[in-house]
Amino acid sequence: MSIHEIVLALSLVGFFGYALVSKKRDFVWISSIGILLTLWLKFLGWTGTLQFFGILIEVIIVSAILSYLYRSFLILVLPEKLSKEVSTAPLTAAFGLLMITIYAFVGIFGPALAPYGEAEVIADAFAFRNEEMLLGADQIGRDFFSRLIYGTRNTVGLALAATLAAFVVGTIGGLLAATQGGRLDQIMGRIADVIMSIPSLIFALLLLSILGPKWWVLIIAVGIIYAPRVFRLTRAVAGNIVVMDYIEAAKLRGEKNSYLIRKEILPNVTAPLVAEFGLEFCFVFLLIAGLSFLGLGLQPPTADWGSMVRENATLITYQDSTPLIPAAAIALLTISVNFVVDWVLFRSSGLKE
Amino acid sequence: MDGLAFLIIKRLFYGLLTLLALSVIIFFMVELLPGDTATSLLAMGKTEETLAAMREQMGLDRPAVVRYFEWLGGVVQGDFGNSMVRGVHTSKGVSDMANVSVISIISERFMNTLFLATYAAVIAVPIAITLGVLIALLRNSVYDRIANVLTLTSISSPEFFLAYILILYLALKTGLFPAISTIKDDMTFFESLERTFLPALTLVLVCIAHMMRMTRAAIINLLASPYIEMAQMKGIPPWKVIVRHALPNAWAPIINVVALNLAYLITGVVLVEIVFVYPGIGQILVDAVTLRDFPVVQACCLIFATTFILLNLIADVVAIVTNPRLRHPK
Repeated sequence: MSIHEIVLALSLVGFFGYALVSKKRDFVWISSIGILLTLWLKFLGWTGTLQFFGILIEVIIVSAILSYLYRSFLILVLPEKLSKEVSTAPLTAAFGLLMITIYAFVGIFGPALAPYGEAEVIADAFAFRNEEMLLGADQIGRDFFSRLIYGTRNTVGLALAATLAAFVVGTIGGLLAATQGGRLDQIMGRIADVIMSIPSLIFALLLLSILGPKWWVLIIAVGIIYAPRVFRLTRAVAGNIVVMDYIEAAKLRGEKNSYLIRKEILPNVTAPLVAEFGLEFCFVFLLIAGLSFLGLGLQPPTADWGSMVRENATLITYQDSTPLIPAAAIALLTISVNFVVDWVLFRSSGLKE
Repeated sequence: MDGLAFLIIKRLFYGLLTLLALSVIIFFMVELLPGDTATSLLAMGKTEETLAAMREQMGLDRPAVVRYFEWLGGVVQGDFGNSMVRGVHTSKGVSDMANVSVISIISERFMNTLFLATYAAVIAVPIAITLGVLIALLRNSVYDRIANVLTLTSISSPEFFLAYILILYLALKTGLFPAISTIKDDMTFFESLERTFLPALTLVLVCIAHMMRMTRAAIINLLASPYIEMAQMKGIPPWKVIVRHALPNAWAPIINVVALNLAYLITGVVLVEIVFVYPGIGQILVDAVTLRDFPVVQACCLIFATTFILLNLIADVVAIVTNPRLRHPK
């Protein structure tokens, strides 16, 4: 029996004991099903699967501990107002925050962390992993690990810039439509309708075919595709605020539109917009990952997670899962952001009630 | 009943208008390019005279608006023009065929894509709705939490990640299913079902996650309404509350969810086709984008977007038909 199997067995028995002691019916069910399933798999001799579940449990336990520590760290370090907010975060959100911090760190200090250059050819194509190359070499002999690190900056940075573009356009449009109303509002609404009636990937492909795969085209394309979604939300939220009495008062004082937007409306729409930013980022990130997987994202030799998967996909045929690491990195960041967004949404909706 | 017919016709008219706007976008975006089809066809050795002759022959010397209506007229009759890249896409392996008609490239593969999407939908829709309703009834329990984490993981993973994991574990390590889904005409129905199982499963996994979450939200939203509470307080058994009181009003949101996700399938199919080398329309689209073969890009985009709009249109019409409140707007 390997250590992973022992961990699995111990945690299942411990869970079952906890369920019995605390008299939680669902937990008893789940743990007994888990124990039966484990015994059955053991009987079948699927040790690989059992070890996988053992490792899964280890990972979950370790990340729970790390998230807890990180949350405590944040509560101590941050100024009082923020630390109060953070102390309400569930472990999942703390985990999300931890992951986002790590990604940001790797993204900012990438070149200093990477052992080799982004486009530096140092070995044979698909060379095996060794002490110098943690994850082996890619399809033309560049260090996979270094490219993974450089990819953080490129892929996440591009997605962030694109989301920001969509946000700036969408928010400004939404605020203008809400304050001006009338024909401008109508026209913008119709344009948003038409853009949103086209599937995002298809629209992106159309734009890329016309302007060619360049990084600024990606930003513009994403900006056009996702701005209407932000516009809709901003328009709806700001629309509720525009009819408030204090806006009326400000108008009667003779304030200009720019003042109204900056001082009266914007502070009140920030919370939903922050949550929306996280959600949109996830969509944009996945869209850009898909496009670069199709070879239409950042062009070589720039390291980029989506294209790294595609370029090294041959390795998967030999049952080597290294090319899946960038894809897993994409999934992990998206999940983390989603966890944080869930918490922010819960907080902002809870505060309103 | 006249009111209902009028509402539906109005909605259909809006759909048609959207389609028209779409065709304008798709056509004129390509027009924005510097240079025209003649320039790019005569990339080498063009002179002013040959260019002018080519333009006249292709009708490019006339204003864009005229050409738009001609193009639209062709599209309505299934004529999308000719491919600009010589014979790259032809499945028959013809290498030097200038001016292959787009429709001949697309039509066969469109059926393949439709087959894959239908396959995925037939599996995904019943499972997702059943699970979604169950999870909504068990909301805030442990099962709900587990389902939440699982669906979130599935949604957050790029399609190609899921696809490669399935290839790695279900095709390469265990050999249960073929890793590559090339299908041929002479295969029986069940053979092609087996061949396309993995791409369909990838789509099913992502689609189920989306659909479950949306169904859950729709049902929970419904269960919070006062008349459900009233029914519960009357002492009606829970299953009767669901079947008699909740479900009749749940159909519209559920159908909406289904339509939205079928529309999602349309874009998901592109990436999945690439991973599994499935001969569908998505692959053609990506190839055409890389080669900048605009007539093909235009045709594919138009087909994908039309399907998307049609599905949304159907959802809206069904919502109008099943919901009396929408039928009699104030």
